[in-house]
Amino acid sequence: MPRPGLVLDVDRSTPPVLFNHGEQLRLEKLPAGRSRIIYPAEPLEPLADPDGAIAHALAHPIGDSEPLAALLRPGMKLTIAFDDVSLPLPPMRAPDIRQRVIEAVLDLAAAAGVDDVMLIAALALHRRMTEDELRHAVGDRVYDAFAPHGLLVNHDAEDPDNLKEIGTTRHGEVVEINRRAAESDLIVYVNINLVAMDGGWKSTATGLSSYRSLRHHHNVETMEHSRSFMDRHNSELHRSNWRMGEVLRDAGIKVFQIETTMNNDVFGTTGPLAVLQKREWEWTTRDRVAVHAMKAGLDRMPAGARRNLFHSWRAPHAMTSVQAGEVDAVHEVTTANVYAQHLVPVEGQTDILTMGLPYIGPYNVNSVMNPILVMCLGLGYFFNLYRGRPLVREGGVVIMSHPTPWDFHPVHHPSYIDFFEQVLADTTDPRVIEERYERQFAEDEWYRHLYRTSHAYHGVHPFYMWYWGAHALAHLGRVIIVGGDRAAVHRLGFTPASSLSDALELASDTVGPHATITHLHNPPILMADVT
Amino acid sequence: MTPEPSPHPAPAGPAPDVAGALEGKRILITGATGFLGTNIVERLLRCVPDCEVVLLIRPGRRSTVDQRLRREVLRNDAFDRLRNELGTDAFDALCDRRVSAVAGDVTTNGLGLDDAGQAVLASCDVVIHSAAAVSFDSPLDAAVEVNLLGPTRIVETLGSLGVTPHLVAVSTCYVAGSRRGNAPEQHVADSPWFVDLDWRSEVDAARRARRDAEADSRTPERLEGFRSDARREIGAAGTPLLAARTEQLRARWVADRMVEAGRSRAASVGWPDAYAFTKALGERALLENRGAVPVSIVRPSIIESALAEPFPGWIRGFRMAEPIILSYARGLLKEFPGVPEGVVDVIPVDLVTAAILTVAARGPLDTSDVVQVASGVANPLRYRRLVDLVSGYFTQHPLYDRKGQPIVVPTWSFPGRGRVQAQLKRANDTLGRAERALSALPLRGRQAQWSADVETRREDVERALGYVELYGAYAECEALYEIDNLLALVDAQSDEDQRTFCCDPRVVDWDDYVRTIHLPSVVTHARVRTTAGADRGPDRTERLRRQVLAPERHLAAFDLENTLIASNVVSSYLWLASRHLTGTDRLRLVADALRSAPGWLSMDRRDRSDFLRYFYRRYDGAPLDQLRADADGLLSDLLLARAFPGAIRRVREHRRLGHRTVLITGALDVVVEPLRPLFDDVIATELGTDAGRFTGELLSAPPTGETRAQILMDYADAHDCDLGESVAYADSTSDLPMLEVVGFPVAVNPETRLSALARKRGWLVENWERANGSPRGVLPLSGRWSDDRSRTPLLRRLVNASGSRSDDAGRTKAARR
Repeated sequence: MPRPGLVLDVDRSTPPVLFNHGEQLRLEKLPAGRSRIIYPAEPLEPLADPDGAIAHALAHPIGDSEPLAALLRPGMKLTIAFDDVSLPLPPMRAPDIRQRVIEAVLDLAAAAGVDDVMLIAALALHRRMTEDELRHAVGDRVYDAFAPHGLLVNHDAEDPDNLKEIGTTRHGEVVEINRRAAESDLIVYVNINLVAMDGGWKSTATGLSSYRSLRHHHNVETMEHSRSFMDRHNSELHRSNWRMGEVLRDAGIKVFQIETTMNNDVFGTTGPLAVLQKREWEWTTRDRVAVHAMKAGLDRMPAGARRNLFHSWRAPHAMTSVQAGEVDAVHEVTTANVYAQHLVPVEGQTDILTMGLPYIGPYNVNSVMNPILVMCLGLGYFFNLYRGRPLVREGGVVIMSHPTPWDFHPVHHPSYIDFFEQVLADTTDPRVIEERYERQFAEDEWYRHLYRTSHAYHGVHPFYMWYWGAHALAHLGRVIIVGGDRAAVHRLGFTPASSLSDALELASDTVGPHATITHLHNPPILMADVT
Repeated sequence: MTPEPSPHPAPAGPAPDVAGALEGKRILITGATGFLGTNIVERLLRCVPDCEVVLLIRPGRRSTVDQRLRREVLRNDAFDRLRNELGTDAFDALCDRRVSAVAGDVTTNGLGLDDAGQAVLASCDVVIHSAAAVSFDSPLDAAVEVNLLGPTRIVETLGSLGVTPHLVAVSTCYVAGSRRGNAPEQHVADSPWFVDLDWRSEVDAARRARRDAEADSRTPERLEGFRSDARREIGAAGTPLLAARTEQLRARWVADRMVEAGRSRAASVGWPDAYAFTKALGERALLENRGAVPVSIVRPSIIESALAEPFPGWIRGFRMAEPIILSYARGLLKEFPGVPEGVVDVIPVDLVTAAILTVAARGPLDTSDVVQVASGVANPLRYRRLVDLVSGYFTQHPLYDRKGQPIVVPTWSFPGRGRVQAQLKRANDTLGRAERALSALPLRGRQAQWSADVETRREDVERALGYVELYGAYAECEALYEIDNLLALVDAQSDEDQRTFCCDPRVVDWDDYVRTIHLPSVVTHARVRTTAGADRGPDRTERLRRQVLAPERHLAAFDLENTLIASNVVSSYLWLASRHLTGTDRLRLVADALRSAPGWLSMDRRDRSDFLRYFYRRYDGAPLDQLRADADGLLSDLLLARAFPGAIRRVREHRRLGHRTVLITGALDVVVEPLRPLFDDVIATELGTDAGRFTGELLSAPPTGETRAQILMDYADAHDCDLGESVAYADSTSDLPMLEVVGFPVAVNPETRLSALARKRGWLVENWERANGSPRGVLPLSGRWSDDRSRTPLLRRLVNASGSRSDDAGRTKAARR
C-alpha cells in the first residue's frame, strides 16, 4: 500500500534536502524550526491489465454515451486526436498509453468496417512532433499504417483551409477547430491526464484549435483569474474551455473522450534514478553515496551531455485509470483519480516557497529548458499546483533553484529567443507585453512558416508561457533564482542568488528574518490542498 | 624675454614699416594650402591693408583652384579671427577684393600657367615661395621635383616673362646638413663642409631611380609576389579586386623604394633626410638660375604652432613633433633617442611669417641674402627640458584609453638611436610572426580579433620605428643655427612692427609655450580622449548599427554561409546524401567526405567559384522532387539548428523597417528554398535539370567574388534601390566586392583577413553565434528517415563523383604545373 504525501517539519535532525537543479542536483539544509517540506505520495498501484481496462472503458462509457463500438459504422468519418509530446512528463517507457488506447480504438473501428480514419496530434500551438516522437506515441504499427498515406498528421493551427469556425460562445469567444475533426462523424480524443489541468473540454477546444480561438483564454486576464488553473472549478481558463465545449456540443460535434491517469513513478523503485524519489531520511548509505556521486558526476559533465543523458530517460510511470465516454462525466472521474495521486493536505500558507526545478517541463521534451520555460515551470506550473489558496502568502517570496542558462533550442524555440532578446529587454510586465508585442509575434510570417514546416513553437507561444506566470507575478513580493545565470535571471526580472542561504537572506528583506519556509518536494508531482 | 630695444630710424628712414612697404603690392604665394602658407595669407589680409594676394594653387582632381582656395585656405580656422573682427559679409567682400587664385604647379616647367596666369604672375611685385614637399619621407623624385626644381622653375618662368619681382624663397635651416656646431646664415655652397654635388645629375638620378623602380616592380617575380601578397590579404575575392589590390601593392612598393632611395642618398652625402637634401640643392639651383630675379632665402628651423598670431596654438596639420608627442602621450613610444643636452630648434609659425614679411617689406639686397629663423642660439630649448615639459604636461593632463583609464607616460632614458631601433625591430619581427601565424589559423568572429589586435600592436611598433628612423636625427642634431641677419632685421623694425610682425625668437618663453600653447593645441587637434570614465554615449559599434538600421536604407543583402548559418555547401550535401542511407553506405559517405575535405578546403580557398562548380557535379543525377521533399527536413535539421538567431533577427528587423531584403548565396536553390519566406528575394545557384534529375552543371556563374557584386548591382537597378543607401552582410573576403559596392558593409563573424580589413575601413562587425543549446553533431548527417524507403539514395552519385574527382584533381595539378 503506497504511503500518502506528508508535510515534514524541519528540525535539527532533518538531513539535507534534495533539490532538483535542472540537469543537476543540490543538497540543501533548510533552517530548522521554521521550515517544512511537502512530500508527494508514493506511486499508486498501476492497473494490472491496462489493455483489459481500456477495452472495458470503451465498452462501458461514463455519462451520456453509448459504447464506442456502437458509435462506429461503415462509411463514417472517424478522427482520433491525441495529446502531443508535452505529455506525459518525462516521456514514458514504451508502449505509450496513447499507443495502447489508439490500437484498441482502431481494432474496434476495423471490426466495425470504418475505413476513413485520420489520426491528429492535438498540439494546438506547440511544435510539430517529429517522426520519432510520433512513433513513440502511437507505436510503429500505427505509424507505418497511417503516416505514409498522410493519415497521421500534426494539427496545423495556421492552415486556413483546414480550420473551421464552429460558432461563438455566450461570452463572444470564437470557437475554431481543425476542419477534419469538426467534419468527422466522431472525434475520439485520447488523453493522458498528467496533472489536473489537462483533459476535459480543454483537450478538443484547445488542442485542436487556432490562435483566433485560443487567445480568448490564453491571456493575462484569464490567467490572473485562474486560481489555480490546476483546480478546474476555480479556473477561468477552464470555464472558457467549457463554454467552447458547449458550442462544439451544440454544433453537433460528437466527442468520445478517453482519459487516462498515471501514477507518479517517474524515477522508478529500482534503477539509477530511484534514489531521487526516496525521502531523504530513508536514504541508505548506498543511496547517499549514489546521490553524491551522481551530483559530482553531473557537475563535471558538459551541459550538452548532461542534457542528452536526462532527456533520454523514459519513465516507468504507468496507467492508474482509464475512463471513456461523455467529456464532462469522464473528466470528473479523471480529476478525482489525479487528485488521489497528487493531493497533499497542507495547513496554512507560508512566507517563502522554495522549489528545485527539474530538467523537464511540458515544452522542452527533447529540447532545451530556456529561461522563459524556467519561469513558466516555476511560476506557472509549480506555483499553481494548489487547491484552495496558494502555498505562499500574498507578497511572499518564491525561491527556485535552476541553472537558468542563456540557452535556447534554435529549431524548437525561435520566437522565444526573440522574445527574450527584445520583449523582456523592454519589460517583464505581462499586461504591457500582451498589449505591446503579442500581435506582432502571433502574426509573424516567419514564425508561422517555422511552426508549419519545421518544428517550432508558434510565434505567440512564449507569451503564453509568460502569462502562465501572471498570477504568480501579481501575487508574489519577490522571485529569487538560486544558482542561475545572472544575466538571464536579471532579464527575467528576478533576483539571482548563489546559494540557498543567500537567497533566504535576500528574501528576509521582503518577508522579514523569521519568515516561514515551505519546500515543495517535486518531482514527482504533488498538488497542495491548502487550508 | 623681451627684445632689446633698438634705435629705430624715423619714418623717413631706410626701413619703412612692413604694412606700409607692402601696401598696394601684389604678392604671389605658393604653398598657400600648407601650414606656413596659410599663416602668411592670413597675416597679409589682416595686417597689411590693401595688398593683393595671389595664390598659386594646383588644381585638385575634382576641384578647381577657386574651390580649393575657399575650402582649403579661407575656411581654415586661421581666418576666424579676421572673420569675427569684420563680420562674415565684410570678410567675404575683403577676400573677393584682395585674394585670387591662379592655377599652377611648381612641379611643371613654366609652372603650368596659362596666358592669364602668366599675366598675373608678371604683374606681381613679390613672390613668396613656400610650397614644399615637407614630409621627411617623401619619395626622392617627388622631393626633387618640388624642393629642388621648384624654386628654379619659378625664377626661370619669371625670367621668361622678363619680370624681376622680389622672390622670397622659404627653405630650412637643416640645409646645413648633419653637423655639430655653428651653422651661419650663408649659402649652402659656401659652407666648408659642403659636399660638392651637381644638382643636375641628382635630378637625373632621381628620375632614373623612379624609372628603374617602376621597371623593377614589373618583373614577373615581383608581380607574382605582389599577387600573392594581395591574395594573402584579401583572399579569394575575385580577379578584379585582386588585380586592383595587386596594383596598389606594386605602386606602394615603388613609392617605398623611392622613399628609401631618398633617405639613403641624403644620408650618403650628409643630410638627415631627403627633405633637407633636396632643399639644399634647391637653394643651390635657385642661385645658379635666378638670372636677374632678386632672391632672399628665409630658413626656418622646425616650425610649430603659433605663439600668438592669429591666435596662440594655431596649427594646421600634424607634421613632425606632434605625432611623436601623441604617440608618447598614448604610451606607445617607450623610448626615443636623442641627446638630452642637445637643442631642439623649434620656432613658432607666426614668427616665421613675420620674418618672411619683414624680408619682403625690406626688399631685395644687392646680393641674395639668407635669413635663418631659429631659436637655438638666442633662446635654446634643450631636449631634456622639452621631454620634461611634455611628460609633466601629460602627467598632469593624461590622455585616456578606450576604457577611460588614464595613460601613464613612459620615462625616457635617452639611449642611442641604434639601441632603440634594434629594440623596436625585434618587437616588430616578433609581432609580425605572431600575426602571420594567427592569420594562417581558421579563426572567425571574436577570435579573429586577436589577429587584428596583434596587427594593431605591430602597426604601433612600426610607427614608432618610423618616427625613430625619420626624426631621430633631429633629436640628435647638435647644429646651432646662427641668426645674426634675423636679429639685424629685428633691430631695424619699428616699435610698432616689433609688435605686429614680431620675429624675434627671444620673446618665446618655452615653458609657457609648450605647456599652455602648443600641447593643448596638439591635444585638441588630435581628437584624443581627455576625460576619464567609460563612454556614456553609444559606442562605435552601436553608432554603426544605428546607421545600418536607419529607416532610410534601401536594401539589405545577405550572404548565407557563416553569415546567417554556421553551415556550408558540403554540410547540406552530406545531410541530403545521408538522408536515405543506412549502415555501411553511411560510413562510406562519411569516409569519402573526410578524405576529400582537405582538397575541398584548399580549392575553396583558391577560388570559390571553381570549388562550387566542381562540388556541384556531385549532384549529377540527383532526383529533383526528392531533394525538394527533403528540403523541409534540411531546414529543421541543418539550417535552423545551425542558424545564428541574431542574424535571422537582423533580416527581420530590416524587413520591418521597410528595407528590401535579398539573400545572395552560392548554395543550391532547393537547399535554401525553405528560407524564402525570410527574405523578399532569394538569389541562389541553380543547377541544370534533365528529366527531373540534376545534371550537376551550373546554369550561370556561381555568385562569388565580383559576380556577387554584379548580381547585387543588377538587383538594385531592377528594384530602383540606391546601393549607397544599402547594406550588405558577409563573412569572407571572397564577398569583398559585394561589401565594397554598398554604402554600409557589415562583416559578420569575419575570418582573420576580413576582420583586419573591416577594422581598417571602419565597417560594422557583427559577431553572431549559434544559440547556446543548439543541437551539436560532429557531422552534418541526417537522422533516420523511413517515410518512404523506395526513394533512391544519392549515394550512386557520390560514387560517380568520387570517381571523377581523382581525374579532376589530376587535371588541376597538371594545369598548375
